[in-house]
Amino acid sequence: MNRLDVQGLKTYFFLDKGILKAVDGVSFTVGDQETIGVIGESGCGKSITAQSLLRLVTRPGEIIKGSALLRRKDGSIVDILTLESNSSEMRSIRGDEISIVFQEPMTSFSPVHTIGFQISEMFKLHTDLNAAEIRENVVELLRRVGISNPKQRFDEYPHQLSGGMRQRAMIAMALSCKPQIVIADEPTTALDVTIQAQILELMKELQHEADMSVVYITHNMAVIAENVDRVYVMYLGRVVESTTTQRLFSNPLHPYTQKLLRSIPRPGHRVDRLEVIAGSVPNAIDPPVQCGFFSRCPAAMAGKCDRAVPELTEIEEGHFVRCFLYSEKTEPEDEWTRI
Amino acid sequence: MSGRESELTEDRRILAVHGLTKYFDITQGFLKRVVGHVRAVDDVNLYLNAGETLAIVGESGSGKTTLGRIIVRAIEPIRGEVLLRMKGAEWTDLIQLRGEELRAARRHFHMIFQDPYSSLDPRMTVLDIVKEPLIYNKIASGGEARERVIETLKLVGLSDHQMGHYPHAFSGGQRQRIGIARSLVCRPQLIVCDEAVSALDVSVQAQILNLLKDLQEQLGLSYLFIAHDIAVVEFIADRVSVMYVGKMVELAETSELFSHPRHPYTEALLSAVPIPEPNRTRSRIILQGEVANPANPPSGCYFHPRCPYATSQCVIEIPQWREISPEHFVACHHADRLALKGMV
Repeated sequence: MNRLDVQGLKTYFFLDKGILKAVDGVSFTVGDQETIGVIGESGCGKSITAQSLLRLVTRPGEIIKGSALLRRKDGSIVDILTLESNSSEMRSIRGDEISIVFQEPMTSFSPVHTIGFQISEMFKLHTDLNAAEIRENVVELLRRVGISNPKQRFDEYPHQLSGGMRQRAMIAMALSCKPQIVIADEPTTALDVTIQAQILELMKELQHEADMSVVYITHNMAVIAENVDRVYVMYLGRVVESTTTQRLFSNPLHPYTQKLLRSIPRPGHRVDRLEVIAGSVPNAIDPPVQCGFFSRCPAAMAGKCDRAVPELTEIEEGHFVRCFLYSEKTEPEDEWTRI
Repeated sequence: MSGRESELTEDRRILAVHGLTKYFDITQGFLKRVVGHVRAVDDVNLYLNAGETLAIVGESGSGKTTLGRIIVRAIEPIRGEVLLRMKGAEWTDLIQLRGEELRAARRHFHMIFQDPYSSLDPRMTVLDIVKEPLIYNKIASGGEARERVIETLKLVGLSDHQMGHYPHAFSGGQRQRIGIARSLVCRPQLIVCDEAVSALDVSVQAQILNLLKDLQEQLGLSYLFIAHDIAVVEFIADRVSVMYVGKMVELAETSELFSHPRHPYTEALLSAVPIPEPNRTRSRIILQGEVANPANPPSGCYFHPRCPYATSQCVIEIPQWREISPEHFVACHHADRLALKGMV
């Protein structure tokens, strides 16, 4: 089986205003050494999906449904979503089997501990090495991710490092225990293009070296195009299309994907006007039972798309789309829908 | 001076910047002793034609935002001129203006900020936010101001019944429209857009970019477009300038700069841009190291420690800003002999 198999993940936030369906039935798989991409705009639920897998979602957020089968390093299979989020088993998975690289390296490091101390914690938690061995390992790791003067950097605080350096340190921390899966949540969004190119190149190298699978979560189509094998396009808490990167760019099927691909400026192809998607992403609090893209879709069919949620259906081999243009299948009713 | 004279008589120009320089002091200790300088903007020259968009690109810390802020007189430079030709008037050096004179000039230029969430006062209604510049600049008040606000909101695609709402009721794209309306309400000639679309979602970014282009056409606006996103810049700009550690390294017409860069940093920057097409493979120049520290820049050409073509001359001599071909400016010793790759 795949390294990770997520089925029907639903993470809702129970707010005073209503139920915010941040992740509403997301399924995806991650194979050995595979690089997948999850793409979507802010508020589509891509980051909450990642946080759900690491069981980092806190109240009022709750995982209400789904399974996430992980094949552990020792070969045993465990459903992450059934574990207690603070159980010892979950803690042994976090960092050791699945780790995450956050977007903002300034806010995700503690400002009052040194970089070296924070990376060392990973080894303290997951290995039996002694202090000297840990230090040696961390320095080697910092060197590996391209930080100059790693011995000196070990004792420096996050604010003493530049943005690119911090992101490297973040990657070093995520990779410290040679996890099977690294989730990179907008890993380069806060970085400049030349540094972005360095970081993405580094991730590729390390991936081959350490037999990792990588999940890129991003809104940047170009990062997806250049780095991943398969893509999941998310919109309003659901996957609306998934296929190989090649096919997504050459033959996008969902109207949202089609529009999105045409609305981004492409370097080297100057145009006078960009195509736009009208309106903005609707609110996910108590959404009506309809296709999430209905209000903005150029191909929307009144009386159909606003009556039920289409099901994610395989149209061609390995190419899944959630749209009534291609299939009549509907998603079953959700018991959480308010009438 | 003869070059400058001709520049000023060139009647399409509305903005000319000469030798603009800003160092920030680094202070230390209780007495705030000055121990060094950050060279945020270092001897920058540029001009802008009426109805044109000039983009300023560069990585974080390159000084592009400081440059924009000096031009709108939010930061005092240590030397240099910012000449603006205001409607029906002669060239005025904004840097020399003080008090009431500066206040009177402010209606002619405005800034659009990056973050549509923090740049609008959450306790003011849209009407008040957009109206404020009219009141401040004593252009209109009362019913007349209201009329102008309604008119401007229409221009940016908002309807007047949303006027009484507060910013929190709007999405990111709509808030950016409010910010644009505020900057347009005095009908300025020059707008400095500081990363105006960077915080927006991809699907909304296209709406705002198109809007900025339409407004430029309708109102004859000139934009100084500060951005780090090369693809966005290629779409909106007529000319592009590239900054590195406070210095301008290259300036040219957009397609010229993208196809025939003359500075090695521009070449590397273009090659680092990811392209949303899986089949287009390019050889990528991965620059080593980090952007130089503007508080302690390298000797000679600031780019030489990362430059793949650097020679001993680059370590010693600071390259001159020169016009290498008509309307194409560059600061590199070897621009004449290098055959650099553009974006194809």
